[in-house]
Amino acid sequence: MTTGQWVLLAVVLFVVGFAVYRVATDGHFRGTRRVRGSSEGTSAGTPGVPPAETAASVLAGSGVDVPLGERATLLQFSSAFCAPCRATRRVLGEVAELVPGVTHVEVDAEHHLQVVRDLRVLRTPTTLILDPHGQEVSRAAGLPKRDQVLAALERLS
Amino acid sequence: MSQQIDPRGQQFAAAVTSLVLVIALLTVPGPLGIALIAVQAALFATSVGLGVQRTPVATVFRSVVRPRIGPPTHLEDAAPPRFAQGVGLVFTVTALAAFLGGADLVGFVAVALALVAALLNASIGLCLGCEVYLLLHRLRSTTPDKNQIPARQQARATQEARSTT
Repeated sequence: MTTGQWVLLAVVLFVVGFAVYRVATDGHFRGTRRVRGSSEGTSAGTPGVPPAETAASVLAGSGVDVPLGERATLLQFSSAFCAPCRATRRVLGEVAELVPGVTHVEVDAEHHLQVVRDLRVLRTPTTLILDPHGQEVSRAAGLPKRDQVLAALERLS
Repeated sequence: MSQQIDPRGQQFAAAVTSLVLVIALLTVPGPLGIALIAVQAALFATSVGLGVQRTPVATVFRSVVRPRIGPPTHLEDAAPPRFAQGVGLVFTVTALAAFLGGADLVGFVAVALALVAALLNASIGLCLGCEVYLLLHRLRSTTPDKNQIPARQQARATQEARSTT
């Protein structure tokens, strides 16, 4: 085979693998069982994340000053060059209207890079579900379906 | 409010890009391959310069493809794909320069990266350039001098906390 054929083969295999992975994980909420930053899960802690004992909001001291929902907060990170962010905003907005005590907050990732790094947000949209104290309970990268958000909130209570 | 576009037009354009780059990959470093990379670079440059709706491929989509598949269910912002086309332009220009300068390995890598992005866009509508945008932003601002704004916000937050106690 020529070099070009080898490169093409490698590209196609990578793309198929990546596409399957992406379609399978997009919008999927993870981490509901083990609350990040709780006393059991300190191994997941990163420098910059407030210590677990204080049970502080993940947004404490980040400059993002938002009211938290009574039951949960859907914290969405968006950026300017992000096609699925708009659709995510619509889905989360609907859920916030549907479920009492749940609020939706959208944060521009580019303007809050410190908190983006502290929370290890790698792509937009990323949605974090925060408990009433502002602790992260679950997160999903990519566009979530409405049912996925509702199911994740269900597991919270 | 920026321009709104039919997202399927972008997937169509990405499919055309993929086809051009696949043929290019199989024919470089011959003249046909290099010519195809140049054509693709020119298409990317048109998108970046005039907008994603003003390329020849977009015209084909509007006049030939869309009448057959009906109106779109939703529209998308034009800024993300335009940015991604800029990323594609960088890769194809790099590849072009590399093949012309005899650095074939660099050329193959650059075409491969552009093809990965185009295939992912055509198949699952993923805008790879857009995702890399935030990652680059994160990396760039790890240098201390760029942390001024968060630091100031942190100070303000501390001040607020102090004033409430």
